[in-house]
Amino acid sequence: MPKSGSTPKITRRTALAGLAASAALLAMPRLGRAAEETIRIGFPTPLTGPFAAEARDQVKCAELAVKLVNDKGGIGGRKVELLVRDDKLNAGEAATRTLELIEKDKVHAVVGALSSAVQLAVNEVTRARGVIYVSISQSDTINEAKDFSKYTFHEALNPHMTTAAVARQTLKKGMKVAHLVADYAYGHEMLRGFKRAQTAIGADNVGEILHPFGAADYSTFMPRLMSMRPDVLCISNFGRDQANAIKQAVDFGVKQQMKIVVPVILHNQRLAVGPDVFEGVVGGANYYWGLETQSKSAAAFNAAFKAANGGAIPTDYGAYGYSGVGSLLAAMQTAGGTDTDKVVDALEKLQYDLTKGPQHYRKCDHQSVQSVLVLESKKKSAMANDNDLFAILANDSGSDDMLRSCSELGHAT
Amino acid sequence: MDLSLIIMQLLSGIALGAVLVITALGLTIVFGMLGVVNFAHGALFMIGAYAGLYLASLTGSFWWGLLLAPILIGAFGMLIEFVLIRRLYGRSIDDPLLLTFGLSYILVEAVRIVFGSDGIPFPTPPQLIGVLDLGVGFFPRYRLFVIALVAAVLVVLWLALEKTRIGLIVRAGARDPTIMQVLGVDIGRVWLAIFGLGVGLAALGGVLAGPMRSVNPEMGSLVLAEAFVVTVIGGLGSIVGAVVAGLMIGISISLVALFAPEMATIVMFALMAVVLLIRPEGLFGVRGRTV
Repeated sequence: MPKSGSTPKITRRTALAGLAASAALLAMPRLGRAAEETIRIGFPTPLTGPFAAEARDQVKCAELAVKLVNDKGGIGGRKVELLVRDDKLNAGEAATRTLELIEKDKVHAVVGALSSAVQLAVNEVTRARGVIYVSISQSDTINEAKDFSKYTFHEALNPHMTTAAVARQTLKKGMKVAHLVADYAYGHEMLRGFKRAQTAIGADNVGEILHPFGAADYSTFMPRLMSMRPDVLCISNFGRDQANAIKQAVDFGVKQQMKIVVPVILHNQRLAVGPDVFEGVVGGANYYWGLETQSKSAAAFNAAFKAANGGAIPTDYGAYGYSGVGSLLAAMQTAGGTDTDKVVDALEKLQYDLTKGPQHYRKCDHQSVQSVLVLESKKKSAMANDNDLFAILANDSGSDDMLRSCSELGHAT
Repeated sequence: MDLSLIIMQLLSGIALGAVLVITALGLTIVFGMLGVVNFAHGALFMIGAYAGLYLASLTGSFWWGLLLAPILIGAFGMLIEFVLIRRLYGRSIDDPLLLTFGLSYILVEAVRIVFGSDGIPFPTPPQLIGVLDLGVGFFPRYRLFVIALVAAVLVVLWLALEKTRIGLIVRAGARDPTIMQVLGVDIGRVWLAIFGLGVGLAALGGVLAGPMRSVNPEMGSLVLAEAFVVTVIGGLGSIVGAVVAGLMIGISISLVALFAPEMATIVMFALMAVVLLIRPEGLFGVRGRTV
């Protein structure tokens, strides 16, 4: 059965490729008319599955970025259109949708993806076809030389940046640190970041426990973690795993013995388990709406988002959707259109400030150099209102020093 | 490795097993008596958690949620049996399986529409917050309560099945429904009650799991897989099997977590594979059973 099913698939793909080739031929005489054509941005994101909440915020904010550009007359008179696709948090699905976006919908660039594996799959497709891809996944393997291409951009923070900033705020020389880590790429990258930071600070590693991705129960890890008697417990996992792991650690009285620290503290997960559970947990973030008291860009972004979404506030992951699409559109604006080489060039030279202060893409690996926030979850009685979730412990402004060096990532320097 | 750590680990395993037992029990009873493989069991577990949360916030007390949600969702289960599943008795085993599979999608999507796809906090009842000093270590009060409650439910269930007239009819009905009808027992009513009981147990599992995990529309899918593993190891349809297998899996996961934490999830499937190889009918299953 699977055999007969896969044969027509290949022929369809060949047919698609043939179609694309003939379409490209047909399009050539139309080059002169390109000015009127809409600019299409593909946006794969996991609308279904455990990260659906984060994905929906990404879409809202990406749509906002597009709307703001269109309201001002578009790019060189051309309207911008966002084509959102559900990648279902599955690398194969993401690759198929991205291929469709490129070959059938003829998108001019792709922005999106949330999980590390999906990001790699999207990058694989866009790289092979020479289409610009701006990733907003917090994993940064695509910045390493082996997966990198000149079309690859990484707008999100990376594990190295967040763990270093969080460690600076929470670890001290001689402290004992234990780790609970999700056993997949994201968790391993965060663990590597934390260990590097703790070595630099002089904190001691007292143990690491790897847990299966997507586990619902963490109780069986708790007695052993507590027997390690650490001062700080770093929980490196994502989405509902973060909420469940912290909730169960708190049930076991972990917080009475040690401080809980996460590489990235998630807005939606804090909402999912409530203030009492998260109280005192410290973690990194790319964005928090409360930044508006310190940053004009944040105030403007919040205001635009509130106006478009009935007074709601933008979340951390939402901000990625906005800055990912926003930075690409700004570069297209400079390039005067969608010519890939010109847009790549414009992105490399771009200085942008969309949500939280100045950002730019580093030349060698196209990682966005940006500020990192360190947040602490507020206790219920200290919250001024339902949106007042976190206190900002630190706002480290962006610099190249935060990143691993170009040569460490395998790029020629 | 010191002894107190192993004792604590055993206790976490028993607490974990208790939740597995309660969810697998409903699945195995419905299969054993009705021959229906209920693929909506996980979704009903999730609905139970939402119902418990909703009723708890409505009445202001977790205890009302814990009491009423299983009854309410159990009644909903009876409605499902009466309107849908009843029509499929006597047909191939695949038919109710497909029906409940479709039903699970409808239920999950309905919850997404009503409550949203984000997780919702389910606060631990105030009386059970915190840890209890057991001498060898601290253990969450709520998990101790879960162990005790599951034990109590099991005793009540056992007494009801073994010591009452209704239990006698149910046991006889599972063995030979035709003779029961000849004897003048309305077997349809027995099946209705059994399906309601199975669904009610799923809902109870959901309410109990709520304060340990965040409540979200997908929380039932993993639970369904676990419950199936428990029933396969214990023997499809065997109540004793579900209890033994549930505790066995809980304790195995917990002890494996101590030595090779990344293997903690795989161990239950490994156990299932071993049991299937050595004793395909499960630990307490009946050989060659066809439904």
